[in-house]
Amino acid sequence: MVLYNFKKIQVVPTSKDFIDIVLSKTQRKTPTEIHKQYAIGRIRSFYMRKVKYTAQSYHEKLTQIIADFPLLDDIHPFYADLINVLYDKDHYKLALGQLNTARNLIDNLSKDYLRLLKYGDSLYRCKQLKRASLGRMCTLMLKQGPSLLYLEQVRQHLARLPSIDPNTRTLLLTGYPNVGKSSFMNKLTRANVDVQPYAFTTKSLFVGHTDFKYNSWQVIDTPGILDHPLDERNTIEMQSITALAHLHSCVLFLIDISERCGYTIKQQVDLFFSIKALFLNKPLLVVLNKIDARKPEDVPEDDWKLIQSLADPAKGGIGGTQLVPMSNLTEEGIAKVKETACSILFEERVEKKLKSTRIEKEIHRLHLAQPQARDKKVRAPCIPESVVAAARQAEMDEESDYKKPTLTAAMMEMIEEQENDEKYAQGIIPIYDVNAWKKKYLLKNDEWKFDIVPEIINGQNIADFVDPDILKRLEELEMEEEAFLEELKNAEDDEESDLDEENEQLYDEIQEKKHELRINHQIKDSSKPQLSKGRKGIDTKQMASHLRSMHHDDEEVDDIISSVRERSKSRISGKKRSRSESRSESQAATSQERGISMNRSQSRQRSTTRVASPAPGEGFHDLAQKEKADKLDKHSRKKRNQDGRKGEADRHIYNLMPKHLFSGKRSGGTNDFR
Amino acid sequence: MRIEKCYFCSGPVYPGHGVMFVRNDCKQFRFCRSKCHKNFKLKRNPRKTRWTKAFRKLNGKEMTVDKTLEFEKKRNRPVKYDRELINNTIVAMARVQKIKERRERTFYKNRMEGVKGMQKKQKLKEINQNLSLIRGPSALNKLQERIKNNAEKIEQLTTTKMQS
Repeated sequence: MVLYNFKKIQVVPTSKDFIDIVLSKTQRKTPTEIHKQYAIGRIRSFYMRKVKYTAQSYHEKLTQIIADFPLLDDIHPFYADLINVLYDKDHYKLALGQLNTARNLIDNLSKDYLRLLKYGDSLYRCKQLKRASLGRMCTLMLKQGPSLLYLEQVRQHLARLPSIDPNTRTLLLTGYPNVGKSSFMNKLTRANVDVQPYAFTTKSLFVGHTDFKYNSWQVIDTPGILDHPLDERNTIEMQSITALAHLHSCVLFLIDISERCGYTIKQQVDLFFSIKALFLNKPLLVVLNKIDARKPEDVPEDDWKLIQSLADPAKGGIGGTQLVPMSNLTEEGIAKVKETACSILFEERVEKKLKSTRIEKEIHRLHLAQPQARDKKVRAPCIPESVVAAARQAEMDEESDYKKPTLTAAMMEMIEEQENDEKYAQGIIPIYDVNAWKKKYLLKNDEWKFDIVPEIINGQNIADFVDPDILKRLEELEMEEEAFLEELKNAEDDEESDLDEENEQLYDEIQEKKHELRINHQIKDSSKPQLSKGRKGIDTKQMASHLRSMHHDDEEVDDIISSVRERSKSRISGKKRSRSESRSESQAATSQERGISMNRSQSRQRSTTRVASPAPGEGFHDLAQKEKADKLDKHSRKKRNQDGRKGEADRHIYNLMPKHLFSGKRSGGTNDFR
Repeated sequence: MRIEKCYFCSGPVYPGHGVMFVRNDCKQFRFCRSKCHKNFKLKRNPRKTRWTKAFRKLNGKEMTVDKTLEFEKKRNRPVKYDRELINNTIVAMARVQKIKERRERTFYKNRMEGVKGMQKKQKLKEINQNLSLIRGPSALNKLQERIKNNAEKIEQLTTTKMQS
């Protein structure tokens, strides 16, 4: 778990960017169109909204920044001190404080201008007020430029700080520069810290992780420390001091006994004593490094005594401090250093936990209850007899099965494979049967194995009918069918009679005639215009055949034809009343006998008597009437004929774009609505 | 191998014939011929298309409830091969088919009950109305008696129908 993560702080824009962001947001998120003829209330609210929105977005952004940066009083003192060392606490607080003031100022400013905008009496006035207020807000922000810049830098640096958990198991490496802290770190963890043969290669804290006893241990590599008063220490050294002071950890104080780092053992021991206060109440381990270059036995006696004094309380050292020799080059003693350091810290932490009040609460809860026997009665589990019997039966079945084994498909396959293997061994390649798998079928009768199973019969799927009790069902069906047939026999058969033969004939004749008429009508194409061919009389032959087809007697047909012929003759030759009269009389007599209506021939007879009368069948009274009718007819057709001559090419649109439809503003919407 | 059913017309689709369409929800549609396939693509409903089996069944043109129809069923539970069972099945299939056909004939007969009377009535009516098409006025006189008889018959038929 990472308690302190400064990577989530959002980017702090420069003052210019800040202003751009806020103003463009206002432009995007608020309405932009306003006209002076709008109601003043609308204009005011339009500008008020802009001012309010701008102030609000400034406020939000500033709040975000202020909230994102950690408050020095709230975080772990280690981080607070580290931030102080790295970025200067005062500067940090000042920058945040300034942003806070800017935020309040902007709030007040917007409040003032909103109040003024309420009294804006025109679009111009309102706009000026808005401009002024936004301008002042932006100027305010512009002045925050340096603090924003500083905060951005702090943010970038903070994001790159190693994520040190101040409360977990930690090993802290410290000592003079170049004594081998970073090399040890590289040996212990996979952190890959830069190692170089000059002082202050490590300029900041580094974190690595190592495993010991199934726990993860945090190893912190610090920059080297020189032996001088606290005030004179530089930023790099101060980082190590901060870590030493605030992190509860196992401190590994590295001493270079070969003195190759450029500092004598005496100097190193002195450093130990000068920062001794930082080691108090912490598990401590003094590591004698670089034993490959100079063995501990080769160290001059004076120096050795000095080293020994570190663990001697009488000489100002810290009691119980262990001295462990180690070499990064040969990796001699590294494991031992790790083991001792971790176990010291582990013990210390366990002890501390046990001392705390919290652990007591937990311990009280742990209790393992063990029931005590109240008497010596045996209480065996109760198994019903039926269950015992069933179990025994099952056992018996198993045994009987064992006596006569049945081959499963898998077993058969195995046997076959074995056979094949044997054949291979003899040098015979077995021929595989395509239907070999059929052998493995498990059917009631082994003869059936190679049956060709029919699938389709008479357009039906056999599989759709397969049913274990099909015979029973069929029997049921047969019974039902028998009963049904019996019933059918008893029921009388009342077939309805057909038409008699004569009617049937008539019907067919009618149908035929109808069909003929229909066909004739279809042949006569009435969709095209037709010129009148003038009036043509009907042929007597045609007439006769038609009348015969209508089942008139021959005698009757002759009569009709002769009468018609007579009539037409009289019409052509002028009129001789007596003849025509005599004809009509005779005709009337004959026709009345046969029951034929006389109306038609009578009317015709009358029309023939007139002088210069129009042709019969035209329906005119006299010539004058006919002429008049002709004239009217011609007149009525005149217009139509004229139009008929007009084609699509004669179509003309007089004005493609009538002005009144395409110009001017309208009160209700645009031109398109017309 | 099996004979599938056409999705549209419910006709048989023999192996190697027709078209299968698999929708993106894995439902399979088999079509016996391009006519059915095209009708499906036109989004026609087989229940509303007059020439399909589905329409005929839905509209009472064909037998839907019968014991013989329950024999043929798509069974998704496999039965172990048994020669006797298959033999019995084939015998039963033939018999069931015969019974089914007879029942279908009866069904059709019942369905067509009363149709003949209707037709007769219509024909008589037609004769009475359109006799003038084929007979001239004088020839028509000779048939007067017949026309009268027909009219009586029509009336009789309508009354019997009303009663039944």
